[in-house]
Amino acid sequence: MTLLLDTIPYARFLGLRSEQDGDVLTVTMPFADHLVGNPMLPALHGGSTAALLELTAVAQVALVWPRLRLPRPITVTTAYLRSGKPRDVHARARISRAGRRVAHVLAEAWQEDPAQPIASLTAHFSMDEHDS
Amino acid sequence: MSDTFLTTLMPQLASGAAHTHALGFVYEGVNGDRVRLRTPWRPDLVGDPQTDVFAGGLVTAMLDHVGGLAVWTKLGRYEPIATLDLRIDYMRPARPRVDLLSEARCYRATRTIGFVRAWAFEDDPADPVAAAQATYVISSDGGRGAGANLKPREDRA
Repeated sequence: MTLLLDTIPYARFLGLRSEQDGDVLTVTMPFADHLVGNPMLPALHGGSTAALLELTAVAQVALVWPRLRLPRPITVTTAYLRSGKPRDVHARARISRAGRRVAHVLAEAWQEDPAQPIASLTAHFSMDEHDS
Repeated sequence: MSDTFLTTLMPQLASGAAHTHALGFVYEGVNGDRVRLRTPWRPDLVGDPQTDVFAGGLVTAMLDHVGGLAVWTKLGRYEPIATLDLRIDYMRPARPRVDLLSEARCYRATRTIGFVRAWAFEDDPADPVAAAQATYVISSDGGRGAGANLKPREDRA
């Protein structure tokens, strides 16, 4: 699965790495200066964390439900729960439902403690091979 | 709103941080309460190498950021803000190898929360790639004094 993320330019831009344990992926975004959105705090840009969550969701869906095309987002909602510190972020996604056309995914991102997530994502992805 | 705010501070806020600079955001200016940001297309920001289309994460980052700019535009000054919640609907694929524009408007700001709508499109806001609804926490309580924005906030760090 590291292979899939390695083929996505934006995942490489963010520096994402992943580990697979059975069917579960854990994706890590190692801290890097170019992820910072607020140099005063400093804090990660919300866009970095949201993109990590979205790509984790994409990779998890593609792992469990492989298709010719990557899942494409229909609606994505990100809740920002805590400020992202200048450290590594980890993320994991859970597929609530995967149908022929649509998959629903929940994902969370955390730093030190998985019980203290910094952001959560809920999203629907299109699994359709034929839409444009 | 002062000219300095629009001509000096807003471009800084638009692309002055490391992440926004790395993504190549370009400040396109303010028109009334609407603010625009452009991301020139780049191959390293693609989400699916089969299509050469911008990654969803790039669209998210740009809409998150342009929404924050809209809050500052509404306030007419800089205050520390943080995104609370961001929902994005993807209406259609972006066109491959084309710059993406975004526009946002803060249609309501209370003392603590800014409510924003934003769109991403290639050339016509009426034909959006994606639309966002977002809320931002405004930390105006401690942010009014000169230089207050330069101090790290212990409770959030």
